[in-house]
Amino acid sequence: MQADERFTDATWPASPEKATLEGKNKYLGFWLFLGGETVLFASLFATYLALKDKVPNGDAALAKDLFELPLTFVATMLLLTSSLTSVYAMYHMKNNHFKQMQAWLVITVALGFAFLGLEIYEFNHYVHEFHHTFTSSAFGSAFYTLVGFHGAHVAFGLVWIISLMVRNARRGLNLYNAPKFYVASLYWHFIDVVWVFIFTVVYLMGMVG
Amino acid sequence: MDIICITFLHSEGHGIDFYVLGLQISGLGTLIAGINFLVTIINMRTPGMTYMRMPLFTWSTFVVSALILFAFPPLTVGLVLMMFDRMFGSNFFDVAAGGNTIIWEHLFWIFGHPEVYILILPAFGIFSEIFATFSRKRLFGYSSMVFATVLIGFLGFMVWAHHMFTTGLGPIANAIFAVATMAIAVPTGIKIFNWIFTMWGGSVKFTVPMLYAVAFIPSFTMGGVTGIMNASAPADYQFHDSYFVVAHFHYVIVGGVVLGLLAGITFYWPKMFGTMLSEKLGKVTFWTFLIGFHLTFFIQHFLGLMGMPRRVFTFLDNQGLNTGNMISTVGAFLMAFAVIVMVINIIMTSAKNEKVGNDPWGDGRTLEWAIPSPPPFYNFKQLPLVRGLDPYWVEKMEGKKEMTPAEPLGDIHMPNSSILPLTISFGLFVAAFGALYNMDDKTWTLPIIIVGLLITFVSMLIRSVKDDHGFHIHKEDLMDDKDKGGKA
Ligand SMILES: [Cu+2]
Repeated sequence: MQADERFTDATWPASPEKATLEGKNKYLGFWLFLGGETVLFASLFATYLALKDKVPNGDAALAKDLFELPLTFVATMLLLTSSLTSVYAMYHMKNNHFKQMQAWLVITVALGFAFLGLEIYEFNHYVHEFHHTFTSSAFGSAFYTLVGFHGAHVAFGLVWIISLMVRNARRGLNLYNAPKFYVASLYWHFIDVVWVFIFTVVYLMGMVG
Repeated sequence: MDIICITFLHSEGHGIDFYVLGLQISGLGTLIAGINFLVTIINMRTPGMTYMRMPLFTWSTFVVSALILFAFPPLTVGLVLMMFDRMFGSNFFDVAAGGNTIIWEHLFWIFGHPEVYILILPAFGIFSEIFATFSRKRLFGYSSMVFATVLIGFLGFMVWAHHMFTTGLGPIANAIFAVATMAIAVPTGIKIFNWIFTMWGGSVKFTVPMLYAVAFIPSFTMGGVTGIMNASAPADYQFHDSYFVVAHFHYVIVGGVVLGLLAGITFYWPKMFGTMLSEKLGKVTFWTFLIGFHLTFFIQHFLGLMGMPRRVFTFLDNQGLNTGNMISTVGAFLMAFAVIVMVINIIMTSAKNEKVGNDPWGDGRTLEWAIPSPPPFYNFKQLPLVRGLDPYWVEKMEGKKEMTPAEPLGDIHMPNSSILPLTISFGLFVAAFGALYNMDDKTWTLPIIIVGLLITFVSMLIRSVKDDHGFHIHKEDLMDDKDKGGKA
């Protein structure tokens, strides 16, 4: 099976991301990479929990002073929805519907940018209203490192998906680029799962004490 | 007093930053290589090569790659925290701002203990191949060997706090980690006995690799025994940070890993370069290295018990430590002599350049000995059919000279060469160079960091958007160089 061969809806395989050896290798390798990323974020979560509310003096803001549910709830909804839209994109990828896939990816990326915008607003808010900065306390360092690492992952994912969409805009799907789209969507889901944990461990647990 | 404490809180200069950045970049390379090995082993085995027919060297590489995948990220995070503290003023380890230095100890050792298995398991794999080859007998207890390797890999993640017994985690944590550590002696013991039983009743040939393998068993076991001593938390309060610990880990690392490397280099030299190292010089290297090794490190057990501390490169006169250290020094020179003889051996062998055939040891059991030395860049013209453990030996026992092909002769798909991995790492080098000097308000460092990262990310982008379908070696070309071997 040639990787750049043209397909009709009838000849397009059911799992185009795994139809070539190259695709299979990318698919498995990326799952393994996400295993390593899981340990990376687990270490950051452990560091955050150890340093939560650890501040140099009584004036410094603590988790319960900082976090507000409405803002983080909206951010969570944006990112969860973007995960759903990337599922729709992959559904159309598997059915060889390139245009619909691109459309859903555009929505995914837009939601990702909205999330990132909220995060920037949120960090700005903490810095100016509460003087809660990266260098103000161990709590601040741990908070911005954990949430910032996630934000950097989101930004990387946005650049990645956009470059895939632009690169393949005129040639459509084949067995060479299908695994690339699939792996990028796996990454996007992973970012979403990490955010669910951040929402729970950092924000919800931060607000209740 | 206060002022002294503050000035000595962190290491001055760029030394630590150099290590942090260097480890970070090489750790990234290790992680990606680990994923590559895992995917290759899972997806690309030849027909008939089931998991339980894989050579032990492949099995240990497989387990080690999994260890790399899960052990390196905690190190990455630990290094990031330190980097942020030193370069960007964060407070992870600054107690006055709420920081906690124990986090570093945990993150480092969650990596650090699996790392010692990342070192030793490949050596175990090499020795397993050597024992079977030169006992001319199938490895004893193959499946228990696989099981023990996997179990060691698993338990390796459960024991990191045995490096922190004196940190003050409390008696319950210390007891749990002590028991878990001692449990690792069980799978390791299984391996030791399997190697001994492989030799039992075999027709043993004492080539240089086999000499290393035989010497490895008592040397490594001595390190294992002191490991159990260190694992006893109450006793460890005595051994901690003394030369006893230095003696222990050199017995397992030099007596295990370095002997494994020397054995592996000698064993696979003909396969890698097509020439055979001199056995005579090899034996000189072996004996001087082995004697030098024990001379250097055995005495250090006693130096440690006499109170000599670790991590100090000088000691006071008239403390009763002079003789022991002199013996150590003599041993170190013997080891250096051994390695110099090995280098001379390599130069002489390369100068003579007497080419050898597929199976220069005459007793090769695994697939690599069925193809020319050094192998052609596509390895096998036709994928070989594996019909049992030690497939080449299986064919030999049936009177065949080569492997049975599993496929008709056809085009071979190969990946293209690419400059991009080099530019990706060059960008990281540039960025790290800038970060190294990113202190004391220098203005030129930030642009250097940005340029370096740009080189890396743009290279990654090109790698992603540029199609690379590889190329095919055509069937006709493969048939032309029949004289070059290519027994499939
Ligand atoms: Cu350990």
